[in-house]
Amino acid sequence: MTDTILSITDLDVRGRPPGGTYVPIVTGVSLSVKKGEVLALIGESGSGKSTISLAAMGFARPGCRIFGGQVVLNGRDIMTLAPPERHSLRGREVAYVAQSAAASFNPAIRIGKQVTEAPLWHGTADAATAANTAFELYQKLDLPDPEHIGSRFPHQVSGGQLQRLMAAMAMSCGPDLLILDEPTTALDVTTQIEVLKAFKSIIREQGTAAIYVTHDLSVVAQMADRILVLKDGAVVEAGETDQIIHAPQHAYTKTLMDAVTPKVRPVQAEPKKPEIVLSARNITAGYGATTILRNVSVDVPKGTVVGVIGESGCGKSTLARVIAGLTPTREGETQIEGKTVAPSVGARDKATLRDCQIVFQMADTALNPRMRIRDLLGRPLRFYHSLKGRAQVDRVAELLTLVDLPPEFASRYPGELSGGQKQRVNLARALAADPKVILCDEVTSALDTVVAAGVIALLNDLKDRLGVSFMFISHDLSTVSSFADDVVVLYAGRVMEKGPAAAVFQPPFHPYTKLLLASVPEMRQGWLEGVAQTDEARAASASGVELTAKGCPFANRCIHAMRDLCETTTPPDLVFPDGLTIACHLAPDALPT
Amino acid sequence: MSDLDIPAARASVFAGLRLTKTAIVAGSILLLWVFLAFFGPTLAPHGEAEIISTKTFAPIGEGGLLGTDKLGRDVFSRLLYGVRTTLVLALITTIIAFAAGVTLGFAAAILRGWFDIVVSRIVEAFMAFPSTLLALVVIGALGTSIPVLVCTVGLVLSTGVFRVSRALGMDIGVMDFVNAARARGEGAWWILSREVLPNAMAPLIAEFGLRFTFSILFLSGLSFLGLGVQEPAADWGLMVQENIGGLFLGSSAALIPAGCIASLTICMNLLVDWFQQRQQGETVLEKIDQ
Repeated sequence: MTDTILSITDLDVRGRPPGGTYVPIVTGVSLSVKKGEVLALIGESGSGKSTISLAAMGFARPGCRIFGGQVVLNGRDIMTLAPPERHSLRGREVAYVAQSAAASFNPAIRIGKQVTEAPLWHGTADAATAANTAFELYQKLDLPDPEHIGSRFPHQVSGGQLQRLMAAMAMSCGPDLLILDEPTTALDVTTQIEVLKAFKSIIREQGTAAIYVTHDLSVVAQMADRILVLKDGAVVEAGETDQIIHAPQHAYTKTLMDAVTPKVRPVQAEPKKPEIVLSARNITAGYGATTILRNVSVDVPKGTVVGVIGESGCGKSTLARVIAGLTPTREGETQIEGKTVAPSVGARDKATLRDCQIVFQMADTALNPRMRIRDLLGRPLRFYHSLKGRAQVDRVAELLTLVDLPPEFASRYPGELSGGQKQRVNLARALAADPKVILCDEVTSALDTVVAAGVIALLNDLKDRLGVSFMFISHDLSTVSSFADDVVVLYAGRVMEKGPAAAVFQPPFHPYTKLLLASVPEMRQGWLEGVAQTDEARAASASGVELTAKGCPFANRCIHAMRDLCETTTPPDLVFPDGLTIACHLAPDALPT
Repeated sequence: MSDLDIPAARASVFAGLRLTKTAIVAGSILLLWVFLAFFGPTLAPHGEAEIISTKTFAPIGEGGLLGTDKLGRDVFSRLLYGVRTTLVLALITTIIAFAAGVTLGFAAAILRGWFDIVVSRIVEAFMAFPSTLLALVVIGALGTSIPVLVCTVGLVLSTGVFRVSRALGMDIGVMDFVNAARARGEGAWWILSREVLPNAMAPLIAEFGLRFTFSILFLSGLSFLGLGVQEPAADWGLMVQENIGGLFLGSSAALIPAGCIASLTICMNLLVDWFQQRQQGETVLEKIDQ
């Protein structure tokens, strides 16, 4: 019984909007974590996961208050402790790793100093011992150059490394309980693997108990021993990882699982030769002295979805901005229905602008908060189609219905809508122009899985009903594979592979595509251990992404790289009979399968 | 998708602002001054420049209600006449400062490029001079008249407004909804007036309040130096200057207008503070209360 580190009983947390009254956030949640055990809290945003994990430290966010319940850490009810006593527990007995490491490090202080801050502050170690412990932690977390990484500044290491350093910071006092709040959500899939692996090994080695908060079920499958499924601040299901994944009991857990499981889509057999609506030809673009996109060409046929996938920083959004005319091109041109259009938005005529609409990632910031939905949708109607008065009102209602929103929403402000609803309005605004092609920049990334699935279904429906083409930019491979007709794989601003979705997601692969596909967490336990051992994963984690004009940009992370050839000579395009194009020096039959 | 915990509509920046005690007190005092600006001259027992007593620097209650000044004029009456001059001049200068500062600032933020560089450098050149010195030089060169005074102070104050609105415009200008408007093909005027300005209203209103107090202080300061409003017109800053000699004779004729200037600026500041904190939800005092 003594090996229970934390037990929470009947936790009741309430929050208060500024000036409002308290409303329950978490009610009647009980949980316990044993030594060496990883408990996962999963649920959609707003389900109270983070609130519970913070309450485990006896902390409530500003505006929230813990109204009732016991939080027993190492046999003491920390809710009854005085604030200074509670404060002295934090970092020493319980430590917290936040979602965004970049936002949690002070950019002006060297990493080492921040990692050793907690033991020095608590007085548990002197400077030399603390530095030594930190060095050991760097080694255990597989960080490159553990001797010197502490003397760097946060901006000098990569996102994945920073997240691991954050874990080192949390572990620096040897806490009994580690709370990880969505630690890999902001990372790319290939980076996520390294971080998950490091977390898992350090938890096992130190025998620390951990609470892992996430919305990603396949990550949970790798990390957790037990799972708690939360909805609206209450536990809907609790059980062993194996049981939750394979035999979910509660209806809500089943919906969550369904939203993750990739849907198998019948491959269209008929060979289509539709006209090309949008065509980006040999685009080279960048910001200031940095060139991001190099010689990128993408064709969007009529009535199809072209998925553009790649990790952060590969130039996906830049491509959309270039096509929309918001970012200037250095070389290359954009064609709409075969006609070359002006490179910058100011020089395009209304018809051109109307034909190509862009939908931004964050619906929160893409809708002017001081305009009603009516005006947000009415403006493009008036701007492009000179619709006024009654006709405009009717069309707004029609558009809202088209995106499955009630027409009464017209009089609302964006602040009165949920995230998914805002994204639908965002989409409706693009549709208001009656465009030929819509550029969707990560439109589902900020949404919960279930809500995102709804938006994807809507896009699919619109494509079929209106014949609109989409360029769908995403880092999420499973979304793209379930939805896109053609796929373009970008890496470091260059096209690695492109072709029909069925061909891209089947062998032969470009080595990078292969790595990407292998890095998507699978919904089975033990996947992480397997994938982290592969040579591909090791080679890929050896160095970072480099934007280079010479040779193949992936050469420094590729196990197939031929030293002299790949780094100096631009790879040729290998064209396959099914329309697949792969940019690689390997012979077609030597490509990874 | 739950439609439950959705925040209430925020139609205007003023919607749903709950008052606090400080806001009520500060607001009432300001309203009183505004009221007096309209009706002061009718309520005043004596004329603006009327000499009511042979005794100069009479103490409170002896000559007029608040005593007499260095020429034996009624301090209370001059105070009531002075509200109008002080408030109206401050309002006009602040409006000039805002019209110039906000337009140029937003334009610089949206147009960028050469326009931004040229305007910013000119503004910086102006800011490099101490503001009082700059006003002294301009007014000294062009002569003391109300239009010169108002325009000079307005332009001097507009440099600060320019910096603030340029920064605000830059922040809002990179938001996705502005990008969306650009991608739609909207012109600079639409972006400035419909996308940027409504979202900058709250900080700009707070800024207006602050600049208003600065301009009261600035104008009073200039009057005190003898470059602002000229006698026999009544102005609070001028009244302090006229009667400063009385301080050594135990007269409060200089302290009373000084106190009025203080009450006006402090109340305006309190109101601005309340407004700013309300925009973020709760005031500091309310947070401590919880």
